[in-house]
Amino acid sequence: MPVFGSFALLLALVLAGYNLVAGAVALRQLTTGYKGFLSAERLAETARRAGLASFVTVTCAAFALLWAAFSNDFSVSYILHHSNRALPGPYKFAALWSGQEGSLLLWAWLLAAYGFVLRLRHKVDVRLTAFASTILAGIQVFFLLLLNFAAPPFALTPGGAAAVPADGFGLNPLLQYPEMVIHPPMLYLGYVGFSVPFAFALGALMMRYPGEKWIHITRRWTMVTWLFLTCGIALGMHWAYAVLGWGGYWGWDPVENASLMPWLTGTAFLHSVMMQEKRGMMKHWNVWLIFSTFMLSILGTLLTRSGLVSSVHAFSEGPIGNWFVAFLVIILVVCLFTFILQRDHLKSEHKLEALVSRESSFLFNNILLLVSCFTILWGTLFPVLSEYFQGFKQTVSAPYYNRVAVPIAMMLLFLTGIGPLLAWRSSSFKGLRKNLVLPAAAGLVTALVLMLFKVRPWQDAGMFYSWVCYTLAAFVITAISAEFLRGAAVISRHTGKNIPASMFLLCRRNTRRYGGYVVHFGIVVMFIGLAGSAFNRSVEKEMSFGQSINIGPYTLVNQSNTQDSNPNFDTEYSLLDVYRGGVKQFQMSPERRFYHASQTPQTMVANHTTLAWDLYVVYEGKNPDTDLPIIKVFLNPLVMWIWIGVGIIIAGTFVALTPNLSAALIARRVIAAPLSADTELEVVQVGS
Amino acid sequence: MKVTAQAQTILNFFSADAVLRILGMVLVSVVLFSMTAVTDPGARFNDVGHRLMCTCSCNQVLLECNHVGCPISGGMRDELQARIDHGENDDLVLQAFVQKYGAVVLAAPLTKGFNKIAWVMPFLVLVLGFLGAALLIRKWRLRTVAMPALPDAEGSEERRARIRKDTEL
Repeated sequence: MPVFGSFALLLALVLAGYNLVAGAVALRQLTTGYKGFLSAERLAETARRAGLASFVTVTCAAFALLWAAFSNDFSVSYILHHSNRALPGPYKFAALWSGQEGSLLLWAWLLAAYGFVLRLRHKVDVRLTAFASTILAGIQVFFLLLLNFAAPPFALTPGGAAAVPADGFGLNPLLQYPEMVIHPPMLYLGYVGFSVPFAFALGALMMRYPGEKWIHITRRWTMVTWLFLTCGIALGMHWAYAVLGWGGYWGWDPVENASLMPWLTGTAFLHSVMMQEKRGMMKHWNVWLIFSTFMLSILGTLLTRSGLVSSVHAFSEGPIGNWFVAFLVIILVVCLFTFILQRDHLKSEHKLEALVSRESSFLFNNILLLVSCFTILWGTLFPVLSEYFQGFKQTVSAPYYNRVAVPIAMMLLFLTGIGPLLAWRSSSFKGLRKNLVLPAAAGLVTALVLMLFKVRPWQDAGMFYSWVCYTLAAFVITAISAEFLRGAAVISRHTGKNIPASMFLLCRRNTRRYGGYVVHFGIVVMFIGLAGSAFNRSVEKEMSFGQSINIGPYTLVNQSNTQDSNPNFDTEYSLLDVYRGGVKQFQMSPERRFYHASQTPQTMVANHTTLAWDLYVVYEGKNPDTDLPIIKVFLNPLVMWIWIGVGIIIAGTFVALTPNLSAALIARRVIAAPLSADTELEVVQVGS
Repeated sequence: MKVTAQAQTILNFFSADAVLRILGMVLVSVVLFSMTAVTDPGARFNDVGHRLMCTCSCNQVLLECNHVGCPISGGMRDELQARIDHGENDDLVLQAFVQKYGAVVLAAPLTKGFNKIAWVMPFLVLVLGFLGAALLIRKWRLRTVAMPALPDAEGSEERRARIRKDTEL
């Protein structure tokens, strides 16, 4: 199998290389009209087919690696270091992302899969797809070069067959958690997926694509990719919360930051692309947003895999940083060169007409998103700068980001509420102020009610930001709800349907706009959950049989401390009865495992989650002096709101991706009797 | 009539200006309150403990290091508690830790010397971004020629099409 896998990777490199070269030659012929040995169309078709075949060969390589994992083939060095015989079946799949070589193979496979879909759907726009396919082949070549020469996943265990150990060193215990079977592929689908909008944008610029069709294609791909990245980041947060046992979900680690940066620029693009589609504006900006998003995906990988910055994700470090630097430089040069040559093609059709308008809100939203991205990049790179200028790596951790990034996030939240109240082209101050009264009043009432319920914004910075966050959340939710209700009321007046049915119809008539509002609503719900962290409480205690811990309304009583063993790990855990108001509610059993193969300990958190708070219990280990377990209990308010918010964001994105209800259907559903021109305009304005 | 007048008074009270003014006043008072320093020792332990890193190379904030049997964090926490109990202020505590463990013990850069750049840069970029956008909008507006009003009677189709286009996203 290792030979088969290596050969498949080599063949994939040849095919992707052919796709790149033949595709480039064919496109050159098409552009200049030069006649070669083969006609340009036939050459482009062979390139496309080579691209399709490269997916098959990379799939074979991925299959070979999984086969080696499932058959415990420890002659493959990678499998020896990332698997063992007792490892449960589902975690053998983790071989594809638990280490450097495997995760690069997963990246190459996903890239080939995206390319396969793109090349199969070439009839959407044959010429543009040919450009995008060739650019994508260039990216494929880079990753296949890495896999063939810098980080080969099928490298054999040194010393030959006689030196192959009977069992492997096992999978990192942190990865032995069900979510870890979904989180990395999701995140990679997001990272890799940004290659496709990048390829379309660069291709469209290279060929001076007439019209705006490319931006429609790019936007849809970006939205799908953005959805995957959102899911990937959220799953990572949930995994960190459920597995790492420190009571938090976001630690501002460089690897986490690396995933957030392209998400922020991708979000900026999804907003500013509307200005290009509707008003023919911001074309330069949009092209660079897409370029930057892709480059940030690569930069993130460089930062975390080169060892340039310290990260708790140490398993992913390796000596491939120089390859990524070279690749990043090549991308930057190609983008700059193409942009300089073709920039006259990106001339804006309209200019911004008023400061108070939807366009200007998008502009400021983009600035805030990009400044957030810059702040995170700056914080991530500052240790490197500090080492250069001061001689030591200054730590930049959560306290820095909480002080710098949180105020910017609050401004973004504020804009989320203001944006929907503004009209395209121009809004009057009078109209804006009228629309602002209700949301501002809701925010104000929330702020005062919170203070009445003992939220003291002057206590510390965390409490202050939470208070601001809840005030703004009330403001935004009211603004979005008012938008929905205003539209639904008009539909209801004309159709006789009730308000919920009218809201549903409203969403279907303009899925992008109202799907977007649902996403905004999800973001606000998520912020409500995040702001709950200012009220976190924790208590730690050594617990013998019968002893108790009090936290919030709960009392935890130790019923037993037990040990157990299975072929994969030894375990010790405490059984705790949880009382509230003197009545037993449920049992919890925090656990600590010791994995045999990797010889590493790992805590297994016990978590009881409700809408109000999470009761989060960690078995920290035993005090060697007393032989008693140390139990740490957290009471983390509103954490579930974060996961609910993510669910709403996913639902909203699906709504936004759904095509609008056709005009004919609208006419059938909405209007039975003929309407006057003004009434029809009202329906059009509200519904669209 | 009387009811209408009362309703008008209430409406005036809740007018946009009044609401925004009250919001502003509340915010200013909160900022003034927030200038009061934290003095509770438990809160100080939590606050300063979150400004320090555990030095066992786990890359975690001191009070969040959850390594089973970590040889470093326990001692550091005891030392922090002792210094707070001894009455040392935050700056003194941080200085003592920097002297003992090096500058890497700080979870965030201090606002001194070269490290000041770490704090200033994001806000500088934000201000420059806003200024740039404001200048750009001003430049665009100066160049924009006002659009002639569309004829109302005959132009309803165009008007409808324009509104549809303007509101379709």
